[in-house]
Amino acid sequence: MIDIGLTHYLFLAAIIFTIGVIGIFLNKKNVIVILMSVELILIAVNINLVSFSVYLNDIVGQVFTMFVLTVAAAEAAIGLAILVVFFRNKGTIHVEDINSLKG
Amino acid sequence: MLAHAIIFYFFSFVAIASSLMVISSKNTVHAVFFLILDFVSIACLFIMLGAEFLGMITLIVYVGAVAVLFLFVVMMINVDFSELKTGFLEYMPFGLLVGLVILLELAMMIGTWKYKPDFINAKSATTTAVSNTESLGLVIYTDYIYFFQLSGFILLVAMIGAIVLTFRRKDSLRRQDISIQVSREREDSVELKEVPNFKGVKIND
Repeated sequence: MIDIGLTHYLFLAAIIFTIGVIGIFLNKKNVIVILMSVELILIAVNINLVSFSVYLNDIVGQVFTMFVLTVAAAEAAIGLAILVVFFRNKGTIHVEDINSLKG
Repeated sequence: MLAHAIIFYFFSFVAIASSLMVISSKNTVHAVFFLILDFVSIACLFIMLGAEFLGMITLIVYVGAVAVLFLFVVMMINVDFSELKTGFLEYMPFGLLVGLVILLELAMMIGTWKYKPDFINAKSATTTAVSNTESLGLVIYTDYIYFFQLSGFILLVAMIGAIVLTFRRKDSLRRQDISIQVSREREDSVELKEVPNFKGVKIND
């Protein structure tokens, strides 16, 4: 318990990942909270990568974390832009109303 | 070692509690603030692990850019967010079931997993002589330069996409059109009239 190892960080990442997945299920109406849950999932993956990188003494994991960070930032920007355009056209951000494509 | 454990448990408790608040708080603005708290505590965990550069980058990118972006969008969109919270319990059993299964699978995987010691890539191993930032810089601009450039392109595409998506041309705004200006002829705008003496001329407009 006192000796913090790789397993502790992996469990922390697993818990945050699971909270992100549950958040997607629970907030089926609010798109903004769904996007925030996706950010939670991505940062849980980042914790995994960084902890492996430190414990395997290999810097490549941290390089990959930077790329994940880049993609997360791009995804947030595009997602929020789509959200703003959708709200401007429809006047709502209900997920149930986003059915124009009849998917 | 004890201080290390106490700090780890403190930051991970804050991270887990704030991520729970992100998905369950009624007010979306509060959710964004809890997201910021989550990112800050995870950045502190990164710094504790020895990845200082990534901790600082997480602070700058997530707290400084992504969370502020979320905050701006939440403030710009005029929606009654408490109304969006209805139906929260409707999906609760299904969401908890899926979450429980995922957590169980991950826990089983982490609990029983062993890695091969010779899996460690000695070529890019970090040495204690250089700092974390320096060793990252030694790798990222040499071995991973193409990936680095590609991530820059991803950001460029995201930037252009966000601008194109949200750009709205206003018709009420008077814009300068050079081609119309330079293609104007003298006959279009100037009219010569024969004015009789002491009579004047009637301008119809």
